[in-house]
Amino acid sequence: MRVAYFALRLITALSMWAGAASGFEIEDRQIYNAASESSVLRIISTADRAVFEPIIFAFQQANPGISVDYTITGTTDLMKAIYEENAAFDLAISSAMDLQTKLANDGFARSYLPTNAASLPDWAIWRDQLFAFTQEPAVMVVSDTYFSQGAAPQTRDALIALLRANPEKFRGRIGTYDVRRSGFGYLMATQDSRTSETFWRLMEVMGRLDAQLYCCSGEMIADVASGKLALAYNVLGSYAASELATTDGFQIVELTDFVNVMLRTVLIPSNATNVDDAQAMVDFLTALRTRPDLVAASGLPPVDATALQDNPALRPIRFGPGLLVFLDQLKESKFLRSWENSIVQETP
Amino acid sequence: MRQPTSIRKRLFYQLAAVAAVLSLAFVLVVRGVASQAAEGTQDDILAASATAIADSLSSEQGEVTLELPYSALSMLGTINEDRVFYRVTVNNETLTGYADLPVTNAPTRLDTPAFSTEIYRGDEVRLTSILRRVSNSATGSKVVVTVAQTRSGLAAITQRITVTATGVGLLFFLLATTLSLLAATSALRPLSRMTGAVTRRGPSDLRPVTEDTPAELAPLVGALNSFMARLRSSLTRTEDLITEAAHRVRTPLATVRTQAEVTHRKLNKPEHKQAIRDMIRAIDESSRSAGQILDHAMVTFRADSLALDPLDLAALITETCDRLAPTADLKDIALLRKLPDGPVPFKGDGIMLQAALHNILDNAIKYSPEDSDITVRIEVNSALHLSITDQGRGFGDMDFESLTTRYARGANVGDVVGSGLGLTIADEVARAHGGRLELSHNKEGQGACVSLILPYV
Repeated sequence: MRVAYFALRLITALSMWAGAASGFEIEDRQIYNAASESSVLRIISTADRAVFEPIIFAFQQANPGISVDYTITGTTDLMKAIYEENAAFDLAISSAMDLQTKLANDGFARSYLPTNAASLPDWAIWRDQLFAFTQEPAVMVVSDTYFSQGAAPQTRDALIALLRANPEKFRGRIGTYDVRRSGFGYLMATQDSRTSETFWRLMEVMGRLDAQLYCCSGEMIADVASGKLALAYNVLGSYAASELATTDGFQIVELTDFVNVMLRTVLIPSNATNVDDAQAMVDFLTALRTRPDLVAASGLPPVDATALQDNPALRPIRFGPGLLVFLDQLKESKFLRSWENSIVQETP
Repeated sequence: MRQPTSIRKRLFYQLAAVAAVLSLAFVLVVRGVASQAAEGTQDDILAASATAIADSLSSEQGEVTLELPYSALSMLGTINEDRVFYRVTVNNETLTGYADLPVTNAPTRLDTPAFSTEIYRGDEVRLTSILRRVSNSATGSKVVVTVAQTRSGLAAITQRITVTATGVGLLFFLLATTLSLLAATSALRPLSRMTGAVTRRGPSDLRPVTEDTPAELAPLVGALNSFMARLRSSLTRTEDLITEAAHRVRTPLATVRTQAEVTHRKLNKPEHKQAIRDMIRAIDESSRSAGQILDHAMVTFRADSLALDPLDLAALITETCDRLAPTADLKDIALLRKLPDGPVPFKGDGIMLQAALHNILDNAIKYSPEDSDITVRIEVNSALHLSITDQGRGFGDMDFESLTTRYARGANVGDVVGSGLGLTIADEVARAHGGRLELSHNKEGQGACVSLILPYV
């Protein structure tokens, strides 16, 4: 998907820049220069380069003259950058809906009505400040080594029963997010706990079986594909799907009792300087559904209300002040304590 | 000049003003009630949220702790997308939430929510605080739970209701205005019906008004009718008086004259004959003057209610000339008529026109020398010109204007008796018909020319 006439260069001074005064941690930074630059759009994002690059190239094709300065960081660092350090970005893209909601709620986002707002479902825009452009289910990934095609459990109850029945087979071979380190993992765990009591039973069982904790979906998928893990719970569905295109050895299971659907969101920070280009990018992203080529290239499933209607198990996480609840200091520490009590039993 | 005030306009403006005031009151009341209701709803939800949070307070190993319920905040997001803030303080120390959230109206009584409105983070927010006691120690702790929400949703609702109410108010106003226009017209219909009935009448129609009269107009119509009745009897009396006077004056004079002529024939002495001739002349003069005075009274009386009867002017002239022919013959004066062939139609008062013509011709005969011509002429162009030309002494140097004033006589008529009313009568008849009297010299030599110029109606 690389477009030849766009100069592309990696910032070599990345480490130097990251080591400067800023307190948030930068994973990667890339500048996509326009052929004839007239403005620069600074994006801070949690999406990997491989995922987002096709979108940037297509955006630049539609808007020649805009260079894109793309900074990749974790969800918590993105929050820190904007909430605490007032870092200068024109656009913030994150998979952590709760943190993005807090940014908008606490006045760090600028209002804008996308030109295609009428074609978007109501739940995809909040306060005209937060715009969802993907809907990504949290799925279970199982290894071919442990489960033949279609043999994987389809509900949480069935999963709990299976794990209880075969403790020796699965001990040390179950993976899930370390919710203390991953914002996405925390969001999914808290939403699970809201939706069903089975969550805590599942954590209890997984903890007894010495569950392995991961920071990121990619590593979990790789370990499942290699057979090191039998299954990984709450993996980002979009990553799993794009991995499946190139990697063998695992299957994706959407549980039938319920599947939390995370919405990847974009917001324009209140201190953005290049608002026009930021708004152009918001328009471009919210119209992702009309570009099947980009959907295929990025592996990002676009917002699509009909897909949700077809599968009643899919539950999109709703925007709103409710998402602030698990960000409450007391609530968070209590939740993490419960979670640790359930899953980190073996740690001395 | 001041425009006459219109009852309809006044009625309409007053009704429209009332409608405007009512519409405005409606808009204000609806907006006030609606925004109060919306504010009340927000307060209720905030109070419910704060109560839910307060209910989840507990003490754990001597410390106050809180399990923030998901629904406590999510319920605030169900009706709008306003920003939400909260703060929980224990003995004035922030336990959790937004530590800088201002709590100005601190609740003093347990479980009674206290409300206030503040500016926080650049927006107006509505705050609700609830006071609880948590028994974590011997004394217990004072816990204040505050929940706040911005008011843009509220503003949007108020805005929407205001727009709707204004629209309805405007519609109401337009409808009321249209109806008040109809009402004003309808209320005044009897009045305009009566006005029409009265104005359609001819000038001499003095019958009482018998149309259906609304109660409010009955006194006015009664007064009008009685006034008209009095006027009618007064006019009738005047007409009778004129007729009676003519009869009572002319008949005895004619009798005296006849007697004088008989006596004249019987007498032989020239000085006696002379005396009787003088007497006859005086009688003629009196008779003539009385006739003119009565003509003048009649013309004045009829001019007030001019009759516009279709008549033939040629026939009228012919008749008048025939009547005066014996008098003219006495002086061997020829009355020449230069009239168009056939009738000359005209609309006017025949009696008045005849009086005017009679007086002009009589004057002409009186001032013409013996054996001369008097020419009566009709010329028709845009108006009708009726002129009488004689070969008498003319008007001399006299000012034409003053000749038509009542009892004025020419400077050169000292030897001829006259009342000075003849031309005045003719002038008044011309004016009553919308025309005028024109005096000039005879263009074909010695003499005067008197013209009646009458426009067609």
